[in-house]
Amino acid sequence: MEFFKHNTTINFMAQRKITAVLSIVLCCASFVILAINGLSWGLDFTGGTQLQLRYEQAADLTVIHQALEKVGFSDAIVTHYGTPKEILVSLAPKYAEKTLTALALTALPGATLQEVNYIGPQVGQEMISKGLVAIIVALLGTMVYIALRFNIYFAVGSTVALIHDPIIILGVFSLLHIEFNLIALAAVLTVIGYSLNDTIVIFDRVRENFRKLHKTESADVMNQAINQTLSRTIMTSALTLTVVLALFLLGGNALHGFALALMIGIVVGTYSSIYVAGSLTLALGLTREHFIPITKLVDDRP
Amino acid sequence: MNHFSFWKYLLIIFIMIIALIYAAPNLYGEDPAVQIMGSAGSVSLNNQTMTTVTEALKKVGIIYQDAFFQDQTLIIRFASQEDELKAKEVIQQTLGEQYIIALNLFPRTPHWLRSIGAMPMKLGLDLRGGVHFLLQVDVDAVMNERLSGDLRGIGRALREAHIRYTAINRTGTSNVSLLFHDHDTAVEAHHFVTHQYPEFTWEMSHAATESDWTLKGSLSPQVMNETRLETLEQAMNTLRHRVNELGVSEAVVQAQGANRVSVDLPGIQDTAEAKNILGKTATLEFHMLDVSADAVVAQNTGVVPVDTRLYMDHDRPLLLKNQIVLYGSSIVSASAGMGEDGRPNVSVRLNGAGESLFTTVTAENIGKPMAVMYVEVQSTPAVENGKAVIHYQTLRRIISVATIQSALGSHFQISGLRDQTESRTLALLLRAGALPAPVTIIEEREIGPSLGEQNIRMGVLSVEVGMGLVIVFMMLYYGMFGLIADLALLMNLVLIVALLSLLGATLTLPGIAGIVLTVGMAVDANVLIFERIREELRRGVGIQNSVHLGYHKAFITIFDANVTTLIVMLILFSLGSGVVKGIAITVTIGLITSLFTAMLGTRAIVNLLYGKRTIKVLPIGV
Repeated sequence: MEFFKHNTTINFMAQRKITAVLSIVLCCASFVILAINGLSWGLDFTGGTQLQLRYEQAADLTVIHQALEKVGFSDAIVTHYGTPKEILVSLAPKYAEKTLTALALTALPGATLQEVNYIGPQVGQEMISKGLVAIIVALLGTMVYIALRFNIYFAVGSTVALIHDPIIILGVFSLLHIEFNLIALAAVLTVIGYSLNDTIVIFDRVRENFRKLHKTESADVMNQAINQTLSRTIMTSALTLTVVLALFLLGGNALHGFALALMIGIVVGTYSSIYVAGSLTLALGLTREHFIPITKLVDDRP
Repeated sequence: MNHFSFWKYLLIIFIMIIALIYAAPNLYGEDPAVQIMGSAGSVSLNNQTMTTVTEALKKVGIIYQDAFFQDQTLIIRFASQEDELKAKEVIQQTLGEQYIIALNLFPRTPHWLRSIGAMPMKLGLDLRGGVHFLLQVDVDAVMNERLSGDLRGIGRALREAHIRYTAINRTGTSNVSLLFHDHDTAVEAHHFVTHQYPEFTWEMSHAATESDWTLKGSLSPQVMNETRLETLEQAMNTLRHRVNELGVSEAVVQAQGANRVSVDLPGIQDTAEAKNILGKTATLEFHMLDVSADAVVAQNTGVVPVDTRLYMDHDRPLLLKNQIVLYGSSIVSASAGMGEDGRPNVSVRLNGAGESLFTTVTAENIGKPMAVMYVEVQSTPAVENGKAVIHYQTLRRIISVATIQSALGSHFQISGLRDQTESRTLALLLRAGALPAPVTIIEEREIGPSLGEQNIRMGVLSVEVGMGLVIVFMMLYYGMFGLIADLALLMNLVLIVALLSLLGATLTLPGIAGIVLTVGMAVDANVLIFERIREELRRGVGIQNSVHLGYHKAFITIFDANVTTLIVMLILFSLGSGVVKGIAITVTIGLITSLFTAMLGTRAIVNLLYGKRTIKVLPIGV
């Protein structure tokens, strides 16, 4: 089976001005949404207590909230969790942790405890800074690797693409008010790896083509590389998207954030490999000369 | 060009057989089992114990499946949970309090697999239910304590050596300073402390504006570091001990960074008790009572004699001398029992260090009352002005006042305890050893067993569905080659499971998510190769050449792409939290094994099928 013509010759780089605008608009929109909505930080980052409870029948959130208010948890956040029978109670870190679970359970007869998560405030604060450092180190680490294996133009192009992807993922999380927890952070980092994967496949081809085709314009070399790898790009993205979709639909609530971030990341990552990494590398002025071994000037005077 | 030498095929087959063997234990389920341990090393387990237990079980008609020793633990397996629960009671009655008997699930792995070290993957708490605690060890408190101790020691040593100092002070977290009137004494002291306290670096100075000579001592960073490590080590040991005493088997106690310890207790239901026992720093202090003054008068007037403090013992005021005759840290073992009066008591055994002073003091004070003080430090995390802080609260409680009957040696009893629960709790805490540093629970995750089962079900289902879809898709798109890639995907799964089992890594729900993701990423290597082969075929390169070039050219790309993902995964792993570690481990292993299955596994099959024949069409879906 084949999906594509043998030799697709889509001029991807022709649209690079339009897509540059699109990328900038998307990133700006993400920033605006983040500024307005903020990010709903998960328990891992805020600290506090989360109780996952299960009822025999569908649970009435208002009744539960009132019952919790009576025992002193006035600002408890009660939400359904997956099914109507399951609820999630989130409590701020200010409540003393020792008797909290027992108190909440006595206030809510008929509920069985499924899961308790308590994160101390110090762990949460630490996780935010650690997470940020992790993202920065991941970006720098991969940038250095690409600079060493390819060259600095590719490194900058791919790194900008890698920054681009998480911004849009965070924007979507903020727009849809989806909790951003530790596992979603793991997804963002995974997306960085995945998106880079895509970029490298294209860059690899660009490098190969530059060495082979001597009289072709840089933009055409880029186009050719993208076309040659297009079939693979779409196959892999589709397959990975398929498995992540399976995870999103079947993996349960705990993995929702992870799967969603990955789904967005795979789509955006595929796009950014072509239109952010590819076109930016060109815009930075990548030419064939960057692939011709530099003859070193050796000073052989004594 | 497209054929492997015989040994290469053999190597691949050999690796796959090994992988299959080590992945196999995961196919067997688990049996309920009773686990028997000797408590505090006081009793040993031997074949005699085993016979006693099995005889007792036979007598009441409980059928057990298997009884054997593993790591100095006697394990008895049962067919049903019901039998297990009944058996636990029978065994407890037969063996008595000196043995710790825990309920457990034991893998049904056959003997021959177990004998070569093949064990199933450990399941994380989110897959089997249980509690996870993260505890912060207050290392600074210990450093403080240590410096205070040194300060007292230096002062006493100087006094005993008749070297007169005008002041002795702490300056900062790791420095002490001594003041002397004249130069000669300072020099003498300098010489003395350099020999007696070499862990400090000593420096003498004299400020022109002041008349005194100053001797400054600072603890070297190396010594401080050692103390920190020792403290954490000791805290972990204590926690491990306490967890054992809780009767939880397969608990995992691990250091997390410089001052944290994580404790994973699978299957435990009573978290309140666990928290109580883990989060407390309890020790004992033995004080002499001051009988020369009237405690009631002191309570009413508020005037307390020098070197004593007023305490309440169940509404009764008592004056206690400040001198600590014995610290809890000198205690080697303690066990709860019944005294001759039929009341609960705790028998205590001491090590050599604390004994001599204790024996001297008790010998001098026969007939006088001595109080045992239970000192408990409870710590609670809180937020103050937006900053995370930990509040410590020291609770002192007199748990026993007894008249010294004779000079106390290395063995004695504490009586006057309220009930058996109290004696058992006290004995437990003492036995576990006094925790040197206060610990605070800063993270807790509790997962019910039913949720664990649900997580496994859903996780496995997403692996199956995700993989099934990929398999069908690959087969449709690449034909016979797709089928070969599918086989490689299955090989990859077997390799991942085998490696996770061999490494003793813990499988968590995020870990399963990582495996699902790896399925998508692993197939990428084959997609890259096959697309490249197709491309070469289209360019008119011969079939054998296309296959060769396809594998050859795709390798560099696959390698580069995987290295960058590995970099990211290493960073993810270093974040340290269990949630993200699970993903990082499975993805890392999956990427490495996928390199093997894609480059060698599929190549071997392709070579075997098409390598030597002159074929006209390559079934790669073109």
